[in-house]
Amino acid sequence: MIFVGLLLAAAVVVLVALPFLREPVADDDRLDAPSEAEGRRLTLVEERDRALAALKELEFDHRTGKVDDADYRELVGPLRQAAAVALRALDTPQE
Amino acid sequence: MADLGRAALVVTLGLAVYSLVAGGIAARRSERRLAASARNALYCSFASTLVAAAVLATALVRHDFSFKYVAAHTNRHLPVAYTLSAFWGGQEGSLLLWLLVLTGYGALAVAINRRLLRDLTAWVVPVIGGIATFFSFVLVAVASPFGTQTAPFDGNGLTPSLQNPYMVAHPPMLYLGYVGLSVPFAFAAGALLSGRTDERWIIATRRWTLAAWAFLGFGQLLGAHWAYVEVGWGGYYAWDPVENAALMPWLAATAFLHSVMVQERKGMLKVWNMVLVALAFELSVFGTFLTRSGVVNSIHSFSKSSIGPWFLVFVVISSVFSLALIMWRLPLLKAKTKLESALSREAAFLYNNLLLVALCLTILWGVLWPIVTQLVKGETRTMGRPYYDFFLRTFGLPLLLLMGIGPLIAWRKTSLRGLTRTLAWPVGAAVVTGVALAAAGADSSTPGLIAYTFSAFVLATIMVELVRGTRATGSLFLLVARNRRRYGGYVVHAAIVLLAIGIAGSSAYSSSVERRLTLGQSMTVAGYTLTNRGVTVDSKANVTETRAHLAVKGPWSGTISSGDNQYVNPPEPSREVGIKTDWLRGEDLYVIVDESHPKTGLIYVQVLVKPLVNLIWIAGIVFLFGSAVALWPDAREQRRLVARFATAVP
Repeated sequence: MIFVGLLLAAAVVVLVALPFLREPVADDDRLDAPSEAEGRRLTLVEERDRALAALKELEFDHRTGKVDDADYRELVGPLRQAAAVALRALDTPQE
Repeated sequence: MADLGRAALVVTLGLAVYSLVAGGIAARRSERRLAASARNALYCSFASTLVAAAVLATALVRHDFSFKYVAAHTNRHLPVAYTLSAFWGGQEGSLLLWLLVLTGYGALAVAINRRLLRDLTAWVVPVIGGIATFFSFVLVAVASPFGTQTAPFDGNGLTPSLQNPYMVAHPPMLYLGYVGLSVPFAFAAGALLSGRTDERWIIATRRWTLAAWAFLGFGQLLGAHWAYVEVGWGGYYAWDPVENAALMPWLAATAFLHSVMVQERKGMLKVWNMVLVALAFELSVFGTFLTRSGVVNSIHSFSKSSIGPWFLVFVVISSVFSLALIMWRLPLLKAKTKLESALSREAAFLYNNLLLVALCLTILWGVLWPIVTQLVKGETRTMGRPYYDFFLRTFGLPLLLLMGIGPLIAWRKTSLRGLTRTLAWPVGAAVVTGVALAAAGADSSTPGLIAYTFSAFVLATIMVELVRGTRATGSLFLLVARNRRRYGGYVVHAAIVLLAIGIAGSSAYSSSVERRLTLGQSMTVAGYTLTNRGVTVDSKANVTETRAHLAVKGPWSGTISSGDNQYVNPPEPSREVGIKTDWLRGEDLYVIVDESHPKTGLIYVQVLVKPLVNLIWIAGIVFLFGSAVALWPDAREQRRLVARFATAVP
């Protein structure tokens, strides 16, 4: 039983140390996280997806009769505009 | 064997501390290899906890009474299923289960998201490591399941009330729910710590939250059924503090599941969602604290112990940590849009959230009241059933109504004209139902009649939604497949309606009569005539069963028996009720024999007739089905998420 325990403990130590055993010296040890610019771009992509999803949902609600013609006409314009703004912003090269 | 279990737990503690400290440093300094090492430590902590759990399970199956825990909670007569369920029958074992599920969930959630959310998971690891540190510390230093002794010939056995099939499943279900709420909490905290408060943490944890919520909800229904058939007082929910302890995080998680949709659609309620995630997690730990500390009297007081102060300290520290984190990141959580109309889907979700949280907090106040009065006045006072029933009606009935209105309102804005047209059918169905029921005599209980009317309204809403959606897409299957979350949610709404009808029927319209019956004497309850046919005593190896037998005539005819079991080991009694379910009439005949005299045949009996109570159990199955539909993996959604991240971070 003690042997099993020691074996497990050794396996745990190896696994925890594995990233350092694989790369004793790392060329780049920084976490691969999105930069500030990538973070902003991620927000823009979210806004684009949100606007497109809202448009899709509005179309569906209109087809099922949950949103009548007058409400549809009032709501669809701003949503299309929001989607266009997000798409344009994504196409604009960023720093 | 016990040494291996103890060693495994010490290793888990070491790994959890390493995940917390090294993971925190790695995330703070943005060190890739150290972060990977901390992540591996989290994976290993699951493996070492699994070893500890395997040791305890083996000791239970082998009746190794040199383990104090095994001797305290099992004996040689116990069937294998109950012997294994003793794993969570006692405090130490159930804490080990908590840790096992936590490290398992944590490792899996981090492994799944380590590429897509690599900046975030670096912070998630130390948060889960911190929670695991607490639980492994308690298991190592305060309540170890691996204490040993000179083995006695036999153990004490499991509390008789826990020897029930529902008790095999109820606690693990609750734990899967309680602990599951740690995952969204850890990701929310990770998002705040990393400053990446975009939607990714929500998408990553949506299914975890839903699964935890489904386990918690279904676990509570299993517990309610156990109380109904085993505890033997004629009810299924007593507003017991420990029952409330499971209900509160479920209510907070329900609010979160709704409000998170507002954040996804409109980028609003970011602070509120963080608060709800933290509240659900804190309440789940608080629930474990209530169950395990014995700080308030409860039917679950078999689990009283001295670990309460440790839990209290943890709840306080983690609550302060959560609040401080939210306050620190408030500027990042500002909404980009505003509520456009009070008559919109997002507004309906907001009203729903306010009602759910209000119900949750009033229940919390009721649970804390005995502690508050003890601290302030030096005497313990408890909130009775009327307090909870009042708030259930006050907040629950409007919630039921909102469940019907919400799905019919469009996002952003709905004109009164459009809403009136959409509501016409459901309102018509509700009015017809209400009038018909009142004419049939159901107006003896106003809350009951309102609940039924609102239930008809919600069911009609769901039908209207399904019919219109099917017409628009051309196929019901396609409709559901394209938006599983929405239509799974509607099935869950239908389950809640069944639950409401069951609760209203069995509480507002039930009949109850208590009598002292001599041999051959009869009593009548709601059309049933019951005649005392005598008392029998049957002695078995570990139990003496005393049963009173009553001949029944009425809508159902036959014999029903009830009495008690007196166990030898452990030397405890257990009440055994008689239940006859009439599925056609949708009611239960429920017989409780409080006292019986075998020699004279004299019995003291309470007979209840509970209409529609079985809808509550059917609601559980519908609830599970709806949750499964909403949880079913959606490959298109996953591809969208990957594409979104790939677009933003090439």
